Amino acid sequence: MPDAYLDHAATTPMRPEALAAMVPVLQDGFGNPSGAHRWAREARRMLDDARDVVAAAVGAEPSEVVFTSGGTEADNLAVAGVTEATGRRPLCSAVEHHAVLRAIEAVGGTTVPVHPDGSLDLDALRAQLHEAPVGLVSVMLANNETGIVADLDAVGAVLAEVTPGAVLHTDAVAAAPWLDLPDRCRPAALVTLSGHKVGGPKGIGALVVRAGTPLVARQVGGGQERERRSGTPDVAGAVGFAAALAVTVAERGATVRRVESLRDRLVAGLRATVPGLVVVSPDDPAARTAGTALVAVPGLSREALVFLLDQGGVAASWGSSCASGATEPSHVLGAMGVAPEAAEGSLRLSLGWCTTAEEVDHALAVIPAAVAQLRAAAA
Amino acid sequence: MRVLVMMSGGVDSSVAAALLRDQGHDVVGVTLKLWGGESDSGCCSVSDVDDARRVADRLGIDHHTFNFADEFTTHVVGPYAADHAAGRTPNPCIECNRHLKFDAVDERARALGFDAVATGHHARIVERPDGTFRVARGADRAKDQSYVLHVLDQERLARTILPIGHLTKDEVRSLAAGLDLRTATKPDSQDVCFITRREGRGTFLGDRIPLTPGRVVDTAGATVGSVAAVELVTIGQRKGLGLPGGTAPRYVVDVDRTTSTVTVGGPSDLLVAEQPVDRLAWADGPVDGPVEVQTSAHGSTAAATVRTAPADPGRAVVVWQEPHRRVAPGQSVVLYQGDEVVGGATATD
Repeated sequence: MPDAYLDHAATTPMRPEALAAMVPVLQDGFGNPSGAHRWAREARRMLDDARDVVAAAVGAEPSEVVFTSGGTEADNLAVAGVTEATGRRPLCSAVEHHAVLRAIEAVGGTTVPVHPDGSLDLDALRAQLHEAPVGLVSVMLANNETGIVADLDAVGAVLAEVTPGAVLHTDAVAAAPWLDLPDRCRPAALVTLSGHKVGGPKGIGALVVRAGTPLVARQVGGGQERERRSGTPDVAGAVGFAAALAVTVAERGATVRRVESLRDRLVAGLRATVPGLVVVSPDDPAARTAGTALVAVPGLSREALVFLLDQGGVAASWGSSCASGATEPSHVLGAMGVAPEAAEGSLRLSLGWCTTAEEVDHALAVIPAAVAQLRAAAA
Repeated sequence: MRVLVMMSGGVDSSVAAALLRDQGHDVVGVTLKLWGGESDSGCCSVSDVDDARRVADRLGIDHHTFNFADEFTTHVVGPYAADHAAGRTPNPCIECNRHLKFDAVDERARALGFDAVATGHHARIVERPDGTFRVARGADRAKDQSYVLHVLDQERLARTILPIGHLTKDEVRSLAAGLDLRTATKPDSQDVCFITRREGRGTFLGDRIPLTPGRVVDTAGATVGSVAAVELVTIGQRKGLGLPGGTAPRYVVDVDRTTSTVTVGGPSDLLVAEQPVDRLAWADGPVDGPVEVQTSAHGSTAAATVRTAPADPGRAVVVWQEPHRRVAPGQSVVLYQGDEVVGGATATD
């Protein structure tokens, strides 16, 4: 039976270039990069080569790249690290990933509402900035559930106007496969990236901390990563991450064009075959990433739908999940004011760098049939 | 057959899944997330989901998690609190079976194309010569759970498999050990799964319904003690009544919610000749003759007949052959003939 892996926003297969780059590190580059001998220097060189690549991909200096265990750690470091350094409360958009949302809640921060189109309510932001001193504002570049892209320039302009001292953090994890990061992330003093969302390995990510940004380390010890993140770095992970990011950047234009057309075909096909389908992600390609389509079938259970898709060889997701693997109501759709009945029937289909036309065709055969089966059962 | 087996993360449902697999069925395991709050055990905690998933891995079957937390709150937790507020003593496990396991899950299973659902209950389903089904006691009388399954109707029974009903608990554990399942020695779950031992019933209910202090009187009307909450007092209760020690055991024989008065008396004061019930449902038609009646999950039975009123088939009176302890309103009253469940009802005042 053919398969269709349409959950690239959860994680995407490793790029062959990443795997190839990691093997020699795992085999021979075992030195501890903090040491003072040949083996250490070799590991250090690999780590710093990787750092150069990541820095270039984001438009930052190598000294500004802090390798972490992944996106969640980077988000936590940004939020808690700046909050501790400034003593001021943080804000974030209401549609952030839980890695930001929970970190903001943990230090007493609050959320800023979004409009029904998912964009940040800049008037509400302005009002909250006026209320009390704010140290950090976190707004994700592209949303992991909907693919909706934020206008960081507009957010940065409000910050500059009201609270010039506040820094902007952006979680660019979901954006990295698709958007020109140096251009889009320019207003942000802090940028979060994750290795496995761009075809690198899991367990590696980075926080870009632009020079002069107030930040107190969360994980202390040997002082690695310029005292910003202690612990022996994952050299092989960093090398794989960098190799994946490099090929992602090099092929981005072609990948975006190819995936955009596959996504169009998928969404058009679903619109034609699933009566009542709601497409939550905007149609305008400039307003969202090329790979993600959040759709909803009002009245259906997304849990049942994802189950049937799995049985049919289609990997999809409902966007967010709890540790037990059960569905939870989406805070993103809730914040956008999507009706609960539609949100309950939501389905995230996310394409990636290796998605094929055959996969889209298979999904277009399985999804309408699954919807029809569930509707027949409910009738 | 395609069978959806509910795996709680305990040993019984682990072995149920294994047996179905070995019988050649196309088996998928599912763990229900029922309760968002704290839980010691039961069907709700992440560690129980992990146990179920790891058993499924071991058996080579797919495992999924279904979130029925909203339905659980609506049909089990809410009524549990409301029943206490109304002076009843509910059986939440029975309501969970009625509304969740054999209703919401069965409905989902049908929609997903499954032919049957299965659980690890210690009970059996027997087919009678006329093609109807009955719930029957499990082989292990001490672990028998037919009492909590009496709510299954013919339609549900026809689509339900209870794979371990013919086994004793020891046999289940030894099969689990033989299959090297991690749940082989896991302790049985206890108590109400959505109330933690640390929190307790009083705190749980106190957060949800008003609790009323009450006076404890003897059968002559003299005040002999007090309770912090009459909502937590149940017929037949002996402890927690603020009574002085050293006397013969006294039991709650009545709870008057209108005056917040709890009456205590000797064992004989609890005895009644008849027990009114409602929500009476027969497995396959009324039984005129004698039945054996069980009034608690693991209790013994007593002989009785059931007197129904044609005007209201849901209400009836259980007429005891010998005087019987009064049953707390809200408790299930399950009717057996031999090992088979022939009906069930709920005790009323």
